[in-house]
Amino acid sequence: MIKLTNLSANYTTVRGTVTAVNNVNLEIPDGITLGIAGESGCGKTTLLKVIYGDIGFPLSIESGSVDYGLTDEYDELITTYNIQKHWFHRITYIPQGSMSSLNPVVRINAQFFDFIKSRSQRRRMLEEVREYVKGLGLPPEAIDAYPHQLSGGMRQRVMVAMASFLKPDLILADEPTTALDVVVQKGILLLLMDLQEQMKSTILFVSHDMGVHYQISHKMFIMYAAKGVEYGDSKNVFERPLHPYTRLLTESLPTIGDAHLRKGVAGRPPSLWEKLIGCRFADRCPYVTEYCRTDEPAFTEYRPGHFAACHYSERFL
Amino acid sequence: MKTNTRLTLGITILAIFILGSLILPFFTKVNPTAQGTYWKSLPVSAKHPLGTNSLGQDIMWIIIFAVRNSLLLGVTVSIFVNIISVVVGLTAGYSSGWVDRVIMVVTDSFIVIPTLPILIVLAALIKGSTSFVTIGVILVIFGWAWGARTIRSMALTLREREFISMARFSGMNHFEIIFKEIFPYVYTYGIVGFINTILYAINTEAGLAVIGLSNLSVPTLGSALYWALNYNAMMTKQYTWIMAPVVATVLLFMGLFLTSTGYNDLFATRRGRS
Amino acid sequence: MITTVLKTEHLNKEYSLGSLFRRIKINALDDVNLEVKSEQPVIISLVGESGSGKTTLAKVLLRLLQPNSGDAVVYDRIIAGEGAVKKKAAFLKSVQPIFQNPFEAFSSYRPVDAYLQTTAMRVGKLTRSESVEVMTTALNAVGLKYADVRGKYPNQFSGGELQRVSVARALIPRPNMIIADEPVSMIDASMRMNVVNLFLSLKQEYQTSFLYITHDLATAYYISDYVAVMYRGCIVEFGAARDILTSPGHPYTRLLLDSIPTITMKWDRKGFASSDIETKEFRFQGCKFYNRCPLAQSICTEKRPAPVKKGDGREVYCYFA
Repeated sequence: MIKLTNLSANYTTVRGTVTAVNNVNLEIPDGITLGIAGESGCGKTTLLKVIYGDIGFPLSIESGSVDYGLTDEYDELITTYNIQKHWFHRITYIPQGSMSSLNPVVRINAQFFDFIKSRSQRRRMLEEVREYVKGLGLPPEAIDAYPHQLSGGMRQRVMVAMASFLKPDLILADEPTTALDVVVQKGILLLLMDLQEQMKSTILFVSHDMGVHYQISHKMFIMYAAKGVEYGDSKNVFERPLHPYTRLLTESLPTIGDAHLRKGVAGRPPSLWEKLIGCRFADRCPYVTEYCRTDEPAFTEYRPGHFAACHYSERFL
Repeated sequence: MKTNTRLTLGITILAIFILGSLILPFFTKVNPTAQGTYWKSLPVSAKHPLGTNSLGQDIMWIIIFAVRNSLLLGVTVSIFVNIISVVVGLTAGYSSGWVDRVIMVVTDSFIVIPTLPILIVLAALIKGSTSFVTIGVILVIFGWAWGARTIRSMALTLREREFISMARFSGMNHFEIIFKEIFPYVYTYGIVGFINTILYAINTEAGLAVIGLSNLSVPTLGSALYWALNYNAMMTKQYTWIMAPVVATVLLFMGLFLTSTGYNDLFATRRGRS
Repeated sequence: MITTVLKTEHLNKEYSLGSLFRRIKINALDDVNLEVKSEQPVIISLVGESGSGKTTLAKVLLRLLQPNSGDAVVYDRIIAGEGAVKKKAAFLKSVQPIFQNPFEAFSSYRPVDAYLQTTAMRVGKLTRSESVEVMTTALNAVGLKYADVRGKYPNQFSGGELQRVSVARALIPRPNMIIADEPVSMIDASMRMNVVNLFLSLKQEYQTSFLYITHDLATAYYISDYVAVMYRGCIVEFGAARDILTSPGHPYTRLLLDSIPTITMKWDRKGFASSDIETKEFRFQGCKFYNRCPLAQSICTEKRPAPVKKGDGREVYCYFA
């Protein structure tokens, strides 16, 4: 179980400090896919980075903690500060743009295990990798190619292979299919789902596409303006959402076969540079009241396992 | 904030040099290059803040005039060089096709020609009696090519960007696009390039003068150094004589460099600030 | 009065790929034939994945690329290929673009209203004072106020707002057709509908047709009258949007529709044939979808299928339609 307790993370910039993740509390059970959704700038990528442990100037944890519920081979607890040792083994990361994550002038096989020192060990592992990628829909020769010789979809599969080969406990995926075509995207998503079922890893999947979340996420965490606004089982979040933002998100998506008028969510999120009082969604919320503007709603458990940060969620129960 | 300190410092130094060298000359009626004006080799004193040299010249006045002339030369050369390289670079980069190719052949030839040997040969042929203007012209001829190439590469990449298409669909003609759309992106490089060319000009002139191939009767930082070397100022322990042009050159360069990099940083951060 | 809203005849565009020694030619557009005639303005969607040729087609129509052969007509005017209208002014009143990345579409050094003003003065041939009125109207039509836009630089807007400014600019010369190349793919899903709905309302208000290029079939379904599905440079299905997207005729259209992550139905986990771009597929003599097609047979390798006209007016390029 991964526990995020009062987690806040800041970016220090020339203009000052901005809190990109603000007081997030979450308990993520093991072995599921958690979908993290929200619009650009809501903090989902920062949250992922903090969980990955990739914190270095200008990103820092201002308060709170991340408990992974994992111990290493010496029975010591894995924490944010020693997690770097476990990168690529226990916790891996699938980035958004594979082309910018792979060194373009080096063959993929050389990049696969650059963290393993012994040559012979590396060679052995690469043999195993070549076998492994067949199951991912890649020809074994793909490992020996240069990144640009593969198409976007194949590269992303290579990234998935890298991220899953050592059977990590936790896989973090930051919009891994956003830049890909729908057909290719479906292939990769199905792949991830199969892998997750086989390895029983926990996957944290960031995407702004609610359709993708519907297909692959078991639980959903919705973020808005650096805060968590809803969390629960996907089924509940999609069918009976408790937060107005979630409702607007799901209702604004057009679907084929359904031509009735859809409206986008008007306005945009508040600037995190300003001092924000009350509910951050107040300006765009169709159900807003004066109380919303003065009192920030707490992340409350309205149904078992289903949380929302809204004063009036009861009406949606 | 670091950038502003750098820029402020650079501009301060330059301001002192520029204002000093432009205004102060009006305060003396003496031609600083006239030899024997004062007693020779006087040490530092209130009347001669840097002393005098073996030729009977006041070192401080020499330096002031030298800075002025070097700066004038540098700025004039830089203006011409930059006008030429911007026009040539933008035309080549934006036009592409055979226009671009022809221009690049010419530009590349100029880049490839080794400047210093040619300058040495040229100056040796007209030794000592080179007019200041000729030196300036030579510096311009050899200075524009590199900048043109850089600006061309910038124009080439910019040409493909979508806002250029947008500008075309807004009805702008080619010239307007070059100067209103592409030029602003190139302009920040231009300022930095301008200052760097000043450095180049002063530097090359000084280099020529030190080996005696410039117009030595006009005081410049280079020629001041030449005379000091020629008269073995180091050996005769006339340290102010030889150190003065060196220190002045170094400070001037620092001023130019700090301003140039300071501006670069300022532009990089300022673009995109609301 | 019926006009030819859009027509392309045997439009071809080749690219040369490869190294110095092995140059392969691929047809980014391979004998593209489309025709839409209508009295009212229409929204035509061009859908397909990367490498389908949809962006190339847009670029040819916008004269950013020259076709190797064939021609294209927009509102009875030839705008690409042989006999294309030379005068720039006439062309600019026929088609106007909206680009994918709103932040790239404007120079960071100029305030965005400068583009609107230039369009009004140069293409619209208005004076400075007249242009202000036109700009205000155009901005209002997209839901923005001139006072809010004036003097601001691109980075002061969100993606969605900036894209709307782009639309306003495109409206000013009252073009016959606005060609929008993936206009919402870089905008967050929640704000996409704002821009997409705009196309619908502008079609009525300004009587402008739209060519909407996208890989997002859901928004295409939502606003289009016609849809053309492209694969590796060829049209594979073309006709009324609602018909095609609810009951696809071509196996590729069916594959596309099945791949959309919707929130109404979970995917079937079995039997999914996905492949990525191969240059081989481009040069294939027969039907380019052969390698991935569940209906494939030997006849498909011989020649590209000719369009089969169906009862509801659509064209399907398949032997088994």
